[in-house]
Order: sequence, then structure tokens, then C-alpha cells
Amino acid sequence: MSHQSDNHTVPYKSYLWILAILIVLTIISVGVTYIELGNLTVFTAILLASVKSTLVLIYFMHLKFDNKLLQYLVAAIFILLGLVLFITFLDYNYR
Amino acid sequence: MSDRTNLSFREEKGNRKGIFAWILSTDHKRIGILYLYSIVAFFLTGVVLGILMKLELLAPGKTVMDPATYNAIFTLHGVIMIFLVVVPGLPAVFGNFLLPIMIGAKDVAFPKINLLSWWIYVFGAIIALSSLFMAGGPPDTGWTFYAPYAFKTNTNMLPAVLGAFILGFSSILTGINFIVTIHRMRAPGMTWFKMPLFPWTLYGTGWIQILATPIVGITLLMIVGERVLNIGFFDPALGGDPILYQHLFWIYSHPAVYIMILPAMGAISEIIPTFANKSIFGYKAIVLSTLAIAFVGYFVWGHHMFTSGMSGTALYTFSLLTFIVAIPSAIKVFNWVSTLHKASIQLEAPFFWAASFLFVFMIGGLSGIALGALTTNIHLHDTAFVVAHFHFIVFGGVGFAFMGAIHYWFPKIWGRMYNARLATTGWMIFFIGFCTLYLPMFFLGFSGMPRRYYDYVEEFHGPNVVSTIGSWVLALGLIIILYNLIRSATKGEVATKNPWGGRTLEWTVDSPPSLENFDEIPVVTRSPYDYRKNIDE
Repeated sequence: MSHQSDNHTVPYKSYLWILAILIVLTIISVGVTYIELGNLTVFTAILLASVKSTLVLIYFMHLKFDNKLLQYLVAAIFILLGLVLFITFLDYNYR
Repeated sequence: MSDRTNLSFREEKGNRKGIFAWILSTDHKRIGILYLYSIVAFFLTGVVLGILMKLELLAPGKTVMDPATYNAIFTLHGVIMIFLVVVPGLPAVFGNFLLPIMIGAKDVAFPKINLLSWWIYVFGAIIALSSLFMAGGPPDTGWTFYAPYAFKTNTNMLPAVLGAFILGFSSILTGINFIVTIHRMRAPGMTWFKMPLFPWTLYGTGWIQILATPIVGITLLMIVGERVLNIGFFDPALGGDPILYQHLFWIYSHPAVYIMILPAMGAISEIIPTFANKSIFGYKAIVLSTLAIAFVGYFVWGHHMFTSGMSGTALYTFSLLTFIVAIPSAIKVFNWVSTLHKASIQLEAPFFWAASFLFVFMIGGLSGIALGALTTNIHLHDTAFVVAHFHFIVFGGVGFAFMGAIHYWFPKIWGRMYNARLATTGWMIFFIGFCTLYLPMFFLGFSGMPRRYYDYVEEFHGPNVVSTIGSWVLALGLIIILYNLIRSATKGEVATKNPWGGRTLEWTVDSPPSLENFDEIPVVTRSPYDYRKNIDE
């Protein structure tokens, strides 16, 4: 198993950039609720939330530096959640 | 004669005495036994409630209780059996006791969290059952807590729902513990494909526990919000959607069936090669089908809702996916049967349980196919057929595997043997009782008898009498089994390390194991079911 824990210090500047992007995305996710998107409302909200949580996972939770197996497992969870939502909306969008 | 070399985990003197040496112990084996005693206690409570229900259905009209009591009893039976017995069941008892030993570790990755999960389980159980002793009585919604009735009934919904919510944390913590243990603590040489099948199924189960349980947690909190704050998630009068509740509930509760059945399949995959004295057929196919069940099992929840008013597109999709999820289960059954082909089989109690598991699981699985087809489902939905199918899978599948597991690992856990003839007699009576109890319910359901009904028309009387008699036979079998196991735990003949000739690592340690399981962490060089070599080589 690879141990790369000693040399993956991320500069504070990068963290601040990620924080700024997260704040902007939060503002967008509030702002977008004022636009009538119909069937795409939930999709948009979940897309924005997914981008935000992916950034947190990659940078703040150091997934970027973890071994490939864990990266694949986390990716699989996102795919699984996406499929669950997709199937749920096969009911709501076609009812 | 015993061939023990160390003090067992039971004899080891820790810092605490008496009951505190158990309820505050972080030893995975003691925690497994704590779960066993708790789960058996709740199981017996659930059995008594089930027998009372069958007694009520002995004849049309009122027999021993009024309709409101009947509603409360079937709800309690479901809540206790699902949330307190079968969901924790095999993982919490045998997973805790055996997982570290089977992968060559001294304990789980987080022993204190392991103890915490048992305490959370007890706390959740107390909260859930407290509704029994409150004014208004226990809930009468059925274990599914369907909206909108769940927030309109005057019975004590909140304790039951909060109890189930708290129990979810116990499940999640156990899942995290097992996944980390399997990733990080396998013995040297134990690659993924040298790991025994029971730990593999615990691995699949762990992922379901972590990913699916939060969904039911949120859903149950939404019910609380609905009842206390009138938010309107599910109430059509407030703009909500009751079908949304069903989606959210079954997104967890269908994968939960796989939390129950996967470790059961794992236990059967251990018992069959040992008693066939033969390497398991298609090891990798069983591993991959375990992962396939854990994955595809997430996408079939809608088959519980075929009559709810979902869109046609969703109906077709869920029906197709339901047929697909049957494939990996069938792969396992073919592999188990192929393992038995031309084997030299030891006819002992654990094998009888495993063989009868195959029989009842097949009936349960094939009746599930009938329910997964859209047209037949319309006819069979909410009838006794569904109850029969469910009990063939969950009681017949998980229950029989649990019984098989406890008879298989009994010598390892207690260090003693049970009376083999009594064990076989108990199994036979239990099996006859089981079939007598549940087979008539297929016919009743097919003929149109609804489930959860307190009363029925005269034409359903005959099969209901047979079914009720079956419940008494089953109870007799259970009494014999319990008598044999409880007596043998202290008075049975002393067991050797490996009474059945198993090949996995737990059969290389003492019976019962020492506190740290192994004097030295073993180095694994062979596959877990290699029957060509002597295990001591």
C-alpha cells in the first residue's frame, strides 16, 4: 500500500481558492432558485452540490493524495447516487 | 480432548468484573456475544408476537384479540424482527466474533466504536419499545410507517421512528468498522481473492450499511418533521407527495434486505465446502455476484411500489432491474449445488440447515420473480403471498443461515459440542413447522386473502388452520434447538480446534479463541477452501 502522507502539503493559497469557489457556487445555487427551470430544477441543484462536495473531497479531505482504490470507491458512490436519483426521476418526470 | 494452549477470551481476567467485563469490553468476541444475547431475546419476543397473530387467524372473526391490538402486534413484530433482529443479525453476531479471526487480525479496526455501536443498538431498542408502555400504545402502521397514515395515527409513532433512526447509527458504525478492518487488517499474504467468502459478504454488506442507512435516517426524521411541524413533505393536503415517502423508504429498505441476506449467503458459503469436504465451486463467481447484488440491489426498490401510481417508465425499469438482480443470487445457488456435486458430505446439523436454506431460498426467490413481474404483481400485491415470499427469504433465508451459522461456529464460540441427534431433531421439526406455517400463505394470497387483515371469509379458514398449526410445530422445534444449545454451552463435550475439518483461519485457533486470537499473526499462503492440503501444513 502506498504511503505518500509525508509530502502532500497543499499551500494555503490553494485552500483559499477552493474556499472562494465554494462560496461562489453557494451563491449561484441560491440565485438559480429564482429562475424557473422546470424539470431541471433538482438536476441543477444536485449538480452544483456535487461539484462542491467533489472539491471538498479532493482538496480538503485529501482524496487527491490517497490511493487509487479509494478514489475509485468514492467515484463509484457518486455514480450510485446519480443512478438512484436518475431512476427516481423516471417516475417523477413521466408520471 | 481439548487442544487449547492459552486462556480463552472468556477466562481472561480484565480490569472489570462481572457484567461490566462484558458490557464495557472492547473485545470483538465479547461484543459479538452481547449482540447474540440481545438479538436472541428480541427474536423470541418477535416469535411470541408472530404466534399470537397466527392464533388470532385460527378462525374468522375475533379469536384472542381485538383488531387494534392485532394492528399493533403486526407492527411490533415487524419493527422488532427487522430493525432489532435480522438487520443486525449475522453481521453483528458472527461478523463481530469471526471477521477478525477469519482474516487473521487481533480485533476490528475500531474496537471502541464497536462497543459504542452495541450501546447505540441497546439505546435505540429501548426507545423503540418504550412506545409499548406509553398512553396511546405502540404504533399500528406496519413496520413500513407509510405516509400519510404514519403522521395521522394517534398511536406512539415518534418513539418507534426515533428508535429506528438511532438503530441506523449502530448499523453504520458496524459497516465502517468492517470495511476498514477488511481493507487494513488482513493477514500478510491474504490478498483480496484469498479472503474467505463470509468476510467478502460482510464487505458488501458494510457498503450497503454505510450508503443506504442514512437515507432511511433522513426519511424517518422527515416523518418526525411532518408530525411535529406539519411541514408537508408527504401530505397531499399540504402539497406533499406520499409516493415520495415510499421512494425514500424503499431506497433504504430494499438494500436492507441485502444487508440481511448477503452475510447469510456468506455463512452458507462457509458451511457447504466444510461439510462437502471440497473446495467451493466458482469462488470468484461467488465474490463477484456478492458485489453485483450489493450494487444492483440499490436500484430495484420500486418493485415494492408497483401499485402505488408510479409512472409506466419507472414500472418497466424497476421490473427489468428486479429480474436482473435475481441473476447473481442464482449464480450463488448454482455454485453451492455444484460444490455438493460428487462430494463426500458429512451429514451434521449445520449442513442440514444449509441444505434446507437452499430449498427455502429457492422457493422464496422464485416467488419473488412472480412478484417482480408487473402483471402478476397487480394480483398478488398486499396479499398473504407477499408475506409468504418475504418469510421464505428472510426467515427461511436469513433465519436458516443464522441457525446453520450458530450450529457451525458453536464449538468455536463456546468451546463445546452440542448433542448432534437433538440438533438434527430440532432442525427437522423446525423445518416441517416452517413449511407448514408459510406454504399455505402462498395459496391464501393467490386466492385473494389480503395481508395485515384481522378477519377473513370462511373459504380461507382451512389453510389458516394449517398455517397456525405450523406455527406451533415451529415453536416446538425452536424450543428443542434452544434447549440443546443452552445446555451444551456449559455441559457439552469439550470441542477441539477444528471439529468439522474447516479450512479457514478460525479453525486454526483455540476453541474458544484466546483474547488476541493468534499468538502470532498468520501468514496466508493458500486459498481459503483448499482441501487438497492438510490445514496444519
